[in-house]
Amino acid sequence: MSDESRRLAIVIFGGTVDKLYPAAIMTSGAVMNDMDVDIFITFWGMMPFRKGAPYTVQNVSKDYEEMGAEMLRIMQEKKVPSWYDTLLQAKEIGNVRVHACAMTADLFEMGQDDFEPIVDDIIGVGEFIDMAANAATTLYLG
Amino acid sequence: MSDVQATKEIDARGSFCPGPMMELIRVVRSSDVGEVIAVLSSDQGSRRDIPTWVEKAKHELIGIETLDGYDRILVKKLH
Repeated sequence: MSDESRRLAIVIFGGTVDKLYPAAIMTSGAVMNDMDVDIFITFWGMMPFRKGAPYTVQNVSKDYEEMGAEMLRIMQEKKVPSWYDTLLQAKEIGNVRVHACAMTADLFEMGQDDFEPIVDDIIGVGEFIDMAANAATTLYLG
Repeated sequence: MSDVQATKEIDARGSFCPGPMMELIRVVRSSDVGEVIAVLSSDQGSRRDIPTWVEKAKHELIGIETLDGYDRILVKKLH
């Protein structure tokens, strides 16, 4: 489906759980609304997608540091699925693409094989902005 | 409504938004037309999201039954 109003673009710049959860949950909401989703992972936001990394992310942003450990404890106790499993489920059901930022990948000398399979490709910012220009909304999670 | 027979039941009690909703979409997709799927959910978001999705996806909401601390939402796959 390429109808412009049915697309959501998300930039994940931050690599902490408080950025990754909203990305995964809002992607699920978009899938529920039959929208295609293009996620651009860049800088810190790219690190949780490295091979073996998704389930190891535990830290939260400085702003929420004091509450981070307690929040994660509650979430584990209540068996809230991880941000990564939530995102995987959304991708399984809907049309969700995860694009890694070419600039960051070059900077850290990373190639497609360094990422989890959920990452579809490595693209330049120009290509992502074109996707964002064709989306109804773009969310920036930094 | 507890007498309505469901062909499939998703017990999503204890799971959080968007869990029950996403589970329902998955099961509806893999079901046959005419099947009735019951979702058991204790999540507030799904109580609103599921009827919205059912209408948008053009299936049929047979009803929502409020039981002891959870809802039993019945959905019929129409196409």
